[in-house]
Amino acid sequence: MESFFSYGFLQRALISGVFVALACAILGVFLILRRDAMFAHGLAHVTFAGVALGLFLKMMPLVVALVIAVIAALGILVLKRKAGLYGDTAIGIFSSVGMAAGILLASLAQSFNVDLFSFLFGEILAIKASEVLLSIGLVIIVLLIVILYYHQFLYLTFDSESAKASGIRVNRLDILLSILTAITVVLGMKIVGLLLVAALMVIPAATALQLSGSFKWALIISSLVAVISVVFGLFLAFYFDLPASATIVLLCFLFFGVFFAFEKVKKVS
Amino acid sequence: MDLNAAEAKTLISVKNLSFSYGYAPVLVDVTFSIKSGDFLAIIGPNGSGKTTLLKIILGLLKPSQGEVEIMGKPAQEFEEWPKIGYVPQKATHIDPFFPVSVKEVVGMGLFSSQKISLPMKKKKQEEAVKKALSQVGLDSFENRRIGKLSGGQQQRVFIARAIVNQPRILFLDEPTTGVDAEIQERFYEMLDRLNKKEGITIALITHDIGIINKHVTKVACLNQKLVYHGTHEEFCRSEVFREMLTEGHHLVSHRH
Repeated sequence: MESFFSYGFLQRALISGVFVALACAILGVFLILRRDAMFAHGLAHVTFAGVALGLFLKMMPLVVALVIAVIAALGILVLKRKAGLYGDTAIGIFSSVGMAAGILLASLAQSFNVDLFSFLFGEILAIKASEVLLSIGLVIIVLLIVILYYHQFLYLTFDSESAKASGIRVNRLDILLSILTAITVVLGMKIVGLLLVAALMVIPAATALQLSGSFKWALIISSLVAVISVVFGLFLAFYFDLPASATIVLLCFLFFGVFFAFEKVKKVS
Repeated sequence: MDLNAAEAKTLISVKNLSFSYGYAPVLVDVTFSIKSGDFLAIIGPNGSGKTTLLKIILGLLKPSQGEVEIMGKPAQEFEEWPKIGYVPQKATHIDPFFPVSVKEVVGMGLFSSQKISLPMKKKKQEEAVKKALSQVGLDSFENRRIGKLSGGQQQRVFIARAIVNQPRILFLDEPTTGVDAEIQERFYEMLDRLNKKEGITIALITHDIGIINKHVTKVACLNQKLVYHGTHEEFCRSEVFREMLTEGHHLVSHRH
């Protein structure tokens, strides 16, 4: 154990992993209950374009990806509202255009290389100190906003029409929640990669929804599942030389499976 | 000014209101008002514009023409939404898997007026939630998951949420759909209590003309236009009511 914590790269991975997992787990609960689980998945694909653009422009890919993801999140909202498209259609359009733009840019930048692959599959063990600071800072901002608007977010997730009738500015808060999700997707990408970030948002939340009697408990259980998966996933990845991102996601799924079975058995007996 | 009108303050005033979806008119030139203390039933057949009218009053839809005043202010300028309680129609069809406790649902109503929810007045908030639950007769239910309650109990939770801010007026959209007859009666008695004891003005959309005799004091009968608006006694003597009875309740029938 001593050696595990004495490596600088592992400390950085653990700290950023825990913070980002918290944001993913909490926003994931809102996403699932808003029937928007694919939103994170679509944004992750768009983030690919952001990363490729960052590599192309030789700027920090994480920062460029943040900007692109936020723009895409707003774009999906606009398409849904103004073009009268169903949410999944709007997400489908953005996610494929994002992938296409990413492939084109990566090809132009001739950067189909380790850099790009690390974004696709996660590079938590190679996370830089500056990225750790950026992640922690952004996660704290995301969580603070969720705490401050907690009841309003809950109300509009549960019953958006009544929330609007009671004077809550539902449209504005929708935008805010989408921006927070976009930020969280990009941060999650650093931990488990673009291809698996949606899993880190969806699976812990789905696990929590199976057994929570209240919204507060759903948030607590989702957070615990995500954080424990990240910590143990890193631990297993380090000692057994496994890819960290896949290990973390499969651990999340293990929790899901166990709770699912537990609930089924409880119902039958 | 008429003496009666001076006594009872006008809470909602609807003037020359029209609304259409595309070219299909839904409401045509509707004018009426709701006064403080009223227990108003808004009746009419499916597609007669009842829910649309309610949504316009609540600011969920914009009228094509005409205006709504709430407590003396044009609806666009009105900001004291906690003074208005609303129980939507679909309240009986909530997602049974949504992990939210009764206490949390009622609590939602408390925070609508605040820009951000600071956890400072926690004790006061908990008391308000308890009081609202007690007013609807659900004292010991606060930690239960909403999806595990019966339809009638869920409906009462939504009323608790709507009255947790002690509103002046409570709107309900077909509150007894899917609730069995015996519970319906208790439900209306509870609304009676809120109306007479707590002084909350009530306006409800209903298909159920049976309640008109027993509980309400005013009736508005809608069929795109306002066919009738007045006290329930006059309504029972009116041409519209006679027509409804003789023509097989066509004004209040469900279209399937």
